Amino acid sequence: MAKISVKVDGVAYSDDVEPRTLLVHYLRETLGKVGTVVGCDTSNCGACTVHLDGRSVKSCNVLAVQADGHEVTTIEGLADGDTLHPVQQAFHECHALQCGYCTPGMIMQATSFLADNPTPTEDEVRVGMEGNLCRCTGYHNIVKAVMAAAGEGGGAK
Amino acid sequence: MTAVADQPVVEIGSPRLRKEDERLVTGRTRWTDNIQLPGMLHLAMVRSPFAHARVTSIDTEAATAAPGVVAVITGADIAATQGAIANAWPITADQVTPTHLPMVLEHVACVGEIVAAVVARSAAAARDAAELVDVDYEELTAVVDLKVAADDGVLAHPDLGTNRSALWRLDSAEQGSGGNVEEAIAAARAGGILIEREYRQQRLIPAFMEPRSTVVDPTGEQVTVWTSTQVPHILRFLIAATTGIPESKVRVIAPDVGGGFGGKLQTTPEEFVTLAAARRVRKPVKYTETRSESLVSGHHGRDQWQKLTLSATKDGTVTGLKVELLVNLGAYVALIGGGIPVLGAWMYNSIYKFPAYQFNCQTVLTNLPWVDAYRGAGRPEATFAIERIMDELAAEVGVDPLVVREKNWITHEEFPFTSVAGMTYDSGNYEAATARAKELFGYDELRAEQQQRRDAGDPVQLGIGVSTFTEMCGLAPSRVLGSLNYGAGGWENASIRMLATGKVEVITGTSPHGQGHETAWSQIVADRLGVPFEDVEVLHGDTQISPRGLDTYGSRSLVVGGEAVVRAADKVVEKAKVAAAHLLEANADDLEFTGGRFGVKGTDKGIGIADIATAAFTSHSWPEGVEPSIDAEATFDPVNFSFPHGTHLCAMEVDTETGATTMRKYACVDDIGQIINPLIVEGQVHGGLVQGIAQALWEEAVFDDNGTLVSGSFVDYTLPTTADTINFLTDNTTSLATSNTLGTKGVGEAGTIASTPAVVNAVVDAVRHLGINDIRMPLTPERVWRAIQDAEHGSQTPPTAQAQPHFEGDGAQGNQDSGSTGGGQA
Repeated sequence: MAKISVKVDGVAYSDDVEPRTLLVHYLRETLGKVGTVVGCDTSNCGACTVHLDGRSVKSCNVLAVQADGHEVTTIEGLADGDTLHPVQQAFHECHALQCGYCTPGMIMQATSFLADNPTPTEDEVRVGMEGNLCRCTGYHNIVKAVMAAAGEGGGAK
Repeated sequence: MTAVADQPVVEIGSPRLRKEDERLVTGRTRWTDNIQLPGMLHLAMVRSPFAHARVTSIDTEAATAAPGVVAVITGADIAATQGAIANAWPITADQVTPTHLPMVLEHVACVGEIVAAVVARSAAAARDAAELVDVDYEELTAVVDLKVAADDGVLAHPDLGTNRSALWRLDSAEQGSGGNVEEAIAAARAGGILIEREYRQQRLIPAFMEPRSTVVDPTGEQVTVWTSTQVPHILRFLIAATTGIPESKVRVIAPDVGGGFGGKLQTTPEEFVTLAAARRVRKPVKYTETRSESLVSGHHGRDQWQKLTLSATKDGTVTGLKVELLVNLGAYVALIGGGIPVLGAWMYNSIYKFPAYQFNCQTVLTNLPWVDAYRGAGRPEATFAIERIMDELAAEVGVDPLVVREKNWITHEEFPFTSVAGMTYDSGNYEAATARAKELFGYDELRAEQQQRRDAGDPVQLGIGVSTFTEMCGLAPSRVLGSLNYGAGGWENASIRMLATGKVEVITGTSPHGQGHETAWSQIVADRLGVPFEDVEVLHGDTQISPRGLDTYGSRSLVVGGEAVVRAADKVVEKAKVAAAHLLEANADDLEFTGGRFGVKGTDKGIGIADIATAAFTSHSWPEGVEPSIDAEATFDPVNFSFPHGTHLCAMEVDTETGATTMRKYACVDDIGQIINPLIVEGQVHGGLVQGIAQALWEEAVFDDNGTLVSGSFVDYTLPTTADTINFLTDNTTSLATSNTLGTKGVGEAGTIASTPAVVNAVVDAVRHLGINDIRMPLTPERVWRAIQDAEHGSQTPPTAQAQPHFEGDGAQGNQDSGSTGGGQA
């Protein structure tokens, strides 16, 4: 077992974890942060995307011990109380989700992408979101939502 | 509770933002894998690495001794309790149907079958111990190739004596719905046009984003099963029917379900093994599959060879169509696996007035994972084949593909029209949809550009693909299902509870998993009862809350389930009217119900329906002899299918030097009848389109000669991404369906059904002048390049099926920049 201290969605945690534990399993099983989900075994789908010190990572591709001493933001920590983050709001308004399983990862990737590139072109959005799979929407409205959030200053937060 | 105060605007047709979204965008979700129960244990499966084998021994000693392991279960342990995986639709009386057990007892018929399972304190401990289960197999020869299997040289199930499961046939002359197809073919051979083609529907994997998960809690009086399914009611029935647990002792809950596309229209071995394990250890047990398990052990879709013979006169008027299907069932006849291709029987003739028609479908068992419904289910296959061969007819006649279609299609004055397959299409307007699609697409301009590129010898050629389609939705009239020997009805149930506080609960037997029923049903009820949209709560997916239902698939939810909601709402109004008359001291005949309020004609006296619900709750002054409730229930069984249709147009650029294809533009106009929520409709079309485009360009389940799935992860099974896709131009024309009050037709499958042939027709159109008339799907750059090379060297033999290359030069790479040339949203 290894001891880790990690801040998740603003709360400081200190836990013993098996060194092989993936960050996503630590979030889901130890902390109950089940808003972050697992979609594949190969880091292709991006459903588990969270922010590690403000940048998007696929949390199935990070060991929990690597998060020791760092700060994690999940989809559950993105909104400001009852006020949705502009990217969450844009996904809602653009009908950028159907079943919603990919949505937490999509939104976390989009916020990170927009932080790097607050005024992207559509092509840049399509390349920037390429690592997140969705089977419902055909991506049309996801791209639209990211563009809309960019217009609303979604990258600013 | 003043019903008059905030009357909603007309909800039906309004682009309401979805009610479902808030929890989904904030992670406040309840996926099955999120469920934690006191004392819950975890299950891991031991799966066969062989496609065909006999289990000779299983050594569980090391696994049993591993830390945290509670039980190791083999087939022998649960043989009496595990139930069975049912086939609900034997398509012929003599169908050969192998017994399908959740956990194999001895004979393994495909890779990934469950041979043992480990129950442990944690998922990780269960998985670790599963590695320690030592299974000895006697490997048997696997039959993998569909055509080889059809010859019965090697048997998938040696004890059955044959791989040929069933032969199903529809003949227009025999059933009296049309002429004799052989005569039409003979006449065309003598002096007309005869086109013979064989197309391959490659095997696909539904690949819903949420891996399947099941939690079974055997504590308490009832067994509760949470599972990521499209069909909680069907699962409950089949658990009772095959395990002997009384149906009243089983509760099935589909909580948030992350996509299905037919892939969760199944009762799975994993669900039954989890149930057996939980009952055995008498504790709650959870099983969640990995993606690799999902791809190999969830059912697959398509996998057919399609032989078509089309006869026509020299001007392109079709005189007959004969279809011969060879269908790969995989190792078992799945829930409706045999019936899926049969659904195509009424669709090969599509929107056309063919005078003679014959459909033959031979289903075949192999040692591959079983095949069942995948978005469209039988209808995409049919639409692909007919729309491909109509293009071939156009090429033979030497006219535009739309011209040959128009020559043969049913005109809008001819509805209702009984097709050569015997199906009565109630409404439609193919001319209107096509005209609008051409306008949206810029058809004439793109044809002009195509000609310019051809004349200039541009290495990047442009092709335009056409797909005019119809489908049969709204599954289904129970009498029709009965005549086809289907094991259930096709009705749907709804009930409405009018709560004391004025809120409304709508209980539906449909089971949404991304479609937005909570929003759409609320819109319907808000209009029907005149209550605010926000006051309607839609409950579903739990057999204890929604005891009657037949679930969600086949674009049936709105057409059948929505109509049940309408009828329940109308019953609420009828019951409320009696109370309103009493409370207003008026004659019921003098009341009119508008905007949620009963008013006495010619006066300003009235009462809102919410106030009547409150009056029922208190019952202080309820009419004597009338039950104090205005709640109502309705079950609707449709008398006919619905027939959405549309015209889809696709422009593809093909680099003739590399074989890379780029989607330039895609426009579609769908006639789906009355639209409840245009936002949801557009989303369904977009998603459907990409699944159909993915079949054309990228996806294929590939097996090696031993029946091992090669494309067994998302690294190899190449789902499209944002970078592979473009924006779509969509619009609708409307001819109302006559089979339900609202006039709806269904939209869930339209995009997937229509888009595949549009894309392939476009690519073939781009290179037809080189002498190419077909390329096997998926149209990877390599396959396109080979087709061009073969054509240049005088051979048109399509390339053999190969694994999609990955990492370098694959389809995804080739289309990476497609967004830059895509048209904007209309």
